[in-house]
Amino acid sequence: MSQPQLDIAAVEEGPGRPAMSEASPPSQGPGPQRRLKPSTWWSRRSDRVISLMLLAGAMTAIAALAVITAFIFKEGLPLMLEKGLSDFLFSSDWYPQEGKFGIFAMIVGSLAVTLGAMIIGVVFSLSCAIVLTQFCPPRVVSILKPSIELLAGIPSVVYGFMGVVILVPLIRTHLGGPGLSVLAASIVLGVMVLPTVTSISVDALQAVPRSYREGSIALGATSWQTTWRVVLKAARSGIVAAVILGMGRAIGETMAVIMVAGNPLDVPTSPLDPVRTLTSNIAMEMGYASGDHRRALFATGVTLFVIIMILNVIALTVSRRRAVRSKAR
Amino acid sequence: MSEPPKIRVESFSAAFDGREVLRAISLEVQPRERLAIIGPAGGGKTTFLRSLNRLNDLDGGFSHTGRILFNGMDIYSRQTDPAELRRRVGMVYAVPVPLPWSIYDNLAYGPRLTGIRSRSRLDEIVETSLRQAILWDEVKDRLDELATNLSGGQQQRLCLARILALDVEVLMLDEPCSGLDPISTAKIEDALAELKQRYSIILVTNNTKQAARASDRTAFFLMGELIEVGPTVDLFTNPVHERTGDYITGHFG
Repeated sequence: MSQPQLDIAAVEEGPGRPAMSEASPPSQGPGPQRRLKPSTWWSRRSDRVISLMLLAGAMTAIAALAVITAFIFKEGLPLMLEKGLSDFLFSSDWYPQEGKFGIFAMIVGSLAVTLGAMIIGVVFSLSCAIVLTQFCPPRVVSILKPSIELLAGIPSVVYGFMGVVILVPLIRTHLGGPGLSVLAASIVLGVMVLPTVTSISVDALQAVPRSYREGSIALGATSWQTTWRVVLKAARSGIVAAVILGMGRAIGETMAVIMVAGNPLDVPTSPLDPVRTLTSNIAMEMGYASGDHRRALFATGVTLFVIIMILNVIALTVSRRRAVRSKAR
Repeated sequence: MSEPPKIRVESFSAAFDGREVLRAISLEVQPRERLAIIGPAGGGKTTFLRSLNRLNDLDGGFSHTGRILFNGMDIYSRQTDPAELRRRVGMVYAVPVPLPWSIYDNLAYGPRLTGIRSRSRLDEIVETSLRQAILWDEVKDRLDELATNLSGGQQQRLCLARILALDVEVLMLDEPCSGLDPISTAKIEDALAELKQRYSIILVTNNTKQAARASDRTAFFLMGELIEVGPTVDLFTNPVHERTGDYITGHFG
């Protein structure tokens, strides 16, 4: 293998490019016929070698996903089938000692907490993103946006701790119930997804060309009409992506939820009831589970995995179908 | 002309962050006339247009002195609603900016903002304004297609149609043909000649030939000042100021 840098330098600086080289006197202009440098192994193969190396890196990430998927399905799926899929998913009897594994209450719990978190998180995040991009001078944005993003750096235990110490007593005294509740978990998670959803929404809103905004205002729209009808519409796919990411974070969050949700085995009937989520269930029991119990926890993981996949697909198709419809209309 | 002027600019100066861009401009725009504004880049032509519909308000650091009267009303007074003003003084940009929707929605946007919901009324507005902008025949069968898929010249006429769909009285065009081929340019100029019968038109252009072809009066802006304004024929054949003549004949510099 020859030295590639030298070859490239020679080609670039060489007299073959007359405009550049008044300093290099030999063979200017058309002159005598100069032979092309012979190709080397490296010059023939470099693109291919590098792309193969990058491909290997990319495959590693995909392989990790594949291995994780295969592993939890291998561990969890047999038990789900053994116990009967509908018994596993739609019964809320979770008595590991008696071999009863029904996770219905936890599915409901996870969905309820996530829904609540998304309602709270999306409302606040979108308001934040809209104010930052549409109504704030750039200097203020450059201070506010990083501060909001700092929220993402706070460990989830700290969120849970704040929830237990402040939020839960507040809910208990003012709204009733045990305080440890769907509501508490939703609020804590809503704040936790704020930085993710806000910062991606801000990016999406900032990507809307300024000319759209001006064009709309020149047509007699107010600032708010422009934001609502033009800017948000144009940024929709980015905002949906932000919400999906936030949703993934909310449904997967474990520590903060364990601390504020109470974790009983009952199906919640009101926002003030305590709940156990799928993630809490795995985290709390994995330490001592064995045999079927352990496999049941893997099966819980499989369920979580499938729910997240379904939610993602729904969110993506909804946003895509909307985009297509607005194109066709 | 016995009618009062549509727009009356009284020693209007404008500045961005204290840097003066327009200096004591006084100018009138009559009903149903085409006024061309010519002059080298950086002369304040665009800022002048954007002052007339208060679009400069969007940029931080904008300040002004003097008055601009539209139908006798001071547009910078507190009583003026900028959104209402912009519906009456419509603007077409140098680079067409159709919103990323269908052709129909682009045209119906302005009327919908004012609360018009009736489909038949909207249909009517869309058709009339597209006809006025000489675009109807090209797009009548594909109003549902994305406006951004139209050609550059069609997009520019769409933008023209879009302001015609408003309650517009003055049309401002900021170098509307700068990116267009001669045929598209001719179509826009044809549309303007037709529209002159109903609207006042202010046409900013870098193309002195276009100013000569498509205007009744011409104003020459240089370095933020209005050097000269007069009937286009006079200005082009017999300019009062030496610098106007230099610019028109291309000896500028």
